[in-house]
Amino acid sequence: MAEGMKIRATLQGDVADVKALMNHIMETGLRKDANTGKLIPAHFINHVVATLNGKTVLEAQWGAAVAKNPFLGFRVKGAKAGDKIVINAVDNHGEKMSGESAIV
Amino acid sequence: MMNQLRRTFLRSTGAAGTVAVAIAAGLLRPGQVLAAEWNKVAFDATTTADAMKGLNVAGAAESKDILIKAPDIAENGAVVPVEVTSKIPGTTSIMIFVDKNQNPLIAEFEFSNGAEGFVSTRIKMASTSHVKVVVKAGGKAYTATKEVKVTIGGCGG
Repeated sequence: MAEGMKIRATLQGDVADVKALMNHIMETGLRKDANTGKLIPAHFINHVVATLNGKTVLEAQWGAAVAKNPFLGFRVKGAKAGDKIVINAVDNHGEKMSGESAIV
Repeated sequence: MMNQLRRTFLRSTGAAGTVAVAIAAGLLRPGQVLAAEWNKVAFDATTTADAMKGLNVAGAAESKDILIKAPDIAENGAVVPVEVTSKIPGTTSIMIFVDKNQNPLIAEFEFSNGAEGFVSTRIKMASTSHVKVVVKAGGKAYTATKEVKVTIGGCGG
């Protein structure tokens, strides 16, 4: 899996507004290779878990129809500046990626 | 005392049997047992109704407290921004479906420890379709839909 997940977490009142961009092809398994005419195998992130200071706040299951280079935005109440957001993602090949950011 | 009992109980039955018994006894909800497992049945379903069945949310009630922010017309079906806000108190999860996609279930999000009933993402749409959202709150399921027209070719004609 290509390197890279970018996370930005900003505080609005006591709510953390988290935005993440993951670098992933998100291949659906429905497209055909133009040269060989064969289906390109599915390759997509199917599990995402986000934590705030180690506590799970969001658990997601994804299908192949989340757009390429997925964007994920969510909000967590009761957060403070400096709190740590960590996001872990796994794809259907078992490849892992993660990112972290302090809330500003 | 309770722990001691539980240990004896666990020892006295096979692992699989224990889980089945625990489910039957209402000690474990099936959702908890399968929490870590990708819901293949729901994601492989070819109709929204079947996908909803796979997620145990068939028969969700219409709600005006679910806001779906998505473009009326999407020029590029490969990247359609969708933002869902649930104003239903006690929202624990949000599911997104596209009726006309080959596999309608796009994603499922579960919230805990202060996460609000809100999610923003970008999805793929094969053609003009209803985007359906199901929200789970307090053990009940609610739903709302919004139509998104997809212009293939991207000229916006």
